[in-house]
Amino acid sequence: MRLSYPTSIKIIRVPCTGKVDTLHIMRAFEKGADGVYVVGCREGDCHFNSGNFRAKKRVEQAKEILDSIGIGGNRVRMCNLSSSDGPLFVKYAAEMHDCICAAGPNPIKLAARKKATTEAGSTLAASG
Amino acid sequence: MNVKTPSKLEKMLAAGHLAVTSECGPPRGSDPEVIAEKAELLKNHVDAINVTDNQTSMTRMCSLAACIRLKLLGLEPILQMVTRDRNRIAIQSDILGAASFDIHNILCLSGDHQSFGDCAKGQNVHDIDSMQLIQTVRHMRDEGKFLGGDDIKRPPRMFVGAAANPFADPYEIRVPRLAKKIAAGAEFIQTQCIYNLDKFEDWMKKACDRGLHEKVAILAGLTPMKSVGMARYMKNRVPGMDVPDDIVKRLADTPKDKQADEGIKICVESIERLKGVKGVAGFHIMAIEWEEKVPEIVERAGLFPRPSVN
Amino acid sequence: MIVADKKPIEEIIDTVKDFRNILILGCNECVTVCEAGGKKEVGLLASALRMYFLQQGHEVNIGERTLERQCDHEYLEEIRDIIDQYDAVVSIACGVGVQFTAEKYHSKPVYPGVNTLFMGANEARGVWTERCQGCGQCILAVTGSICPVSRCAKRILNGPCGGSAAGKCEINKDVDCAWQLIIDRLKALGRLEEYESICPLKDWSSDRAGGPRKVVREDLKL
Repeated sequence: MRLSYPTSIKIIRVPCTGKVDTLHIMRAFEKGADGVYVVGCREGDCHFNSGNFRAKKRVEQAKEILDSIGIGGNRVRMCNLSSSDGPLFVKYAAEMHDCICAAGPNPIKLAARKKATTEAGSTLAASG
Repeated sequence: MNVKTPSKLEKMLAAGHLAVTSECGPPRGSDPEVIAEKAELLKNHVDAINVTDNQTSMTRMCSLAACIRLKLLGLEPILQMVTRDRNRIAIQSDILGAASFDIHNILCLSGDHQSFGDCAKGQNVHDIDSMQLIQTVRHMRDEGKFLGGDDIKRPPRMFVGAAANPFADPYEIRVPRLAKKIAAGAEFIQTQCIYNLDKFEDWMKKACDRGLHEKVAILAGLTPMKSVGMARYMKNRVPGMDVPDDIVKRLADTPKDKQADEGIKICVESIERLKGVKGVAGFHIMAIEWEEKVPEIVERAGLFPRPSVN
Repeated sequence: MIVADKKPIEEIIDTVKDFRNILILGCNECVTVCEAGGKKEVGLLASALRMYFLQQGHEVNIGERTLERQCDHEYLEEIRDIIDQYDAVVSIACGVGVQFTAEKYHSKPVYPGVNTLFMGANEARGVWTERCQGCGQCILAVTGSICPVSRCAKRILNGPCGGSAAGKCEINKDVDCAWQLIIDRLKALGRLEEYESICPLKDWSSDRAGGPRKVVREDLKL
């Protein structure tokens, strides 16, 4: 269709969203992702029966954990569409991009940055 | 029927009269006058008074203390005892405490679950259940022994009762359950309050077919309705309660300021009908927080003055 | 099996927030089946804790290990060579595992990561319900194989109580009345007349009331 979506989005392809484990989502954030969204077939249309329902539950699990540790459950979401629905894919991408921009960078990155600056500051102080 | 205890209630039933009992709840505090006042309203119109035991798991003055107070005022208390709050040591101990004040009647119950009351986070005990409590009192009285086997000095002389609900689920074991309580040693029964007279008569018939009415004295429970609101609440919100639609309709069709009177009228009519039912040995009138109406009900039902028994 | 439920992460964080080397120790048996403390849950908890500490600006070493069981010496021995790398252990096994691990590694703090609840069965995906409380004197033979000790809210042995309504317990419409179940089953087995036999007072000395319990099999001791 040659529609464009934001460059901030990195796609990881899976045969079915049922393959996505909660741990995959968690690891993505650990490694610094600002947001994760899982895009699966429309509810009731899962090619493998109920994979997208399992994915939905796992996204909810991740949401709860991310809220409890201060990362923010709003950074993860589940989306459903038909595999041929290009425009909807683009719409979801734009929505996710906007949501994450509003949420700001992953707090882990902020903390790392902060730590680096204080360390740099103290090194300067020590040397200066 | 010869009597086994000095219980006035037992004597009344043994003499062949229809017995009348009522009940009152102890206060949520330590004021002794509350119980005395309620008892004063009832004393000439009933043969014995039940004192409830932390009913609906709301912490109140204990039934035992209130019963002692009634006994000291010259009245005949029925100690209600639930198994929810005490183990078998405390149960035997409380029975002896009651017996030391010559309290001669006990009603053996399980008790509502503590989640209904003001201490929902507490433990429940149920070391023994209500059936086993009946057995325990009979054992202490008739064998004169503790559960542990030792002799009791001055065993309790208590007339043992149990509750029955002809309307509870599952219906098919309602009469077998009555038989079981009799086999455990129950000597009198107080039923849950009756509104569905047809269903009650059916239960009584089945009980009489098995000869149970000759082994135990069944007191029919009654509670006068104060309003159509109360009738609806009891119909829809209270488990094990059977309130027929025509009772609700009858109250609904009555003007609001006359509904209480109509409720009393229904109660009296029920008593009149139940007098003729085989196996009914008396009436247990429960008018919680409306004790002042009990004398009127007893009088209008032709049960006053109470016969005297020595 | 023993059924447990995850503790809130906030609670776990509160117990270990001052440590810098933490081992998350899972168990491959009951808690894996009820998805509270198995290898997957170890991974999730470790990841969550890492991210929490990173936000606080701390470099924390979070180890992950799942043993076959935490209630046997042999399996707990498997971590002897790595345990000293850690200042604290969060065991997400049942209460037995937490304690046995603590007993074996006497001077290492061991914290629980799940709330252990009951012995029960998996009724449906994500639903576990209680069946046994370990009273030590099984009476299932006389109650149609349905336990009034664990399934009746009042542990009544001659039930039902007056609160049974439409087959449900008075405490909650979602809880079956154990005695309704027993009566239905006795009926199905053609043994309803047994209902009238009075169950005698229970000997609770083999239950929790008698104190911590022990089973010794002389025929198995070497």
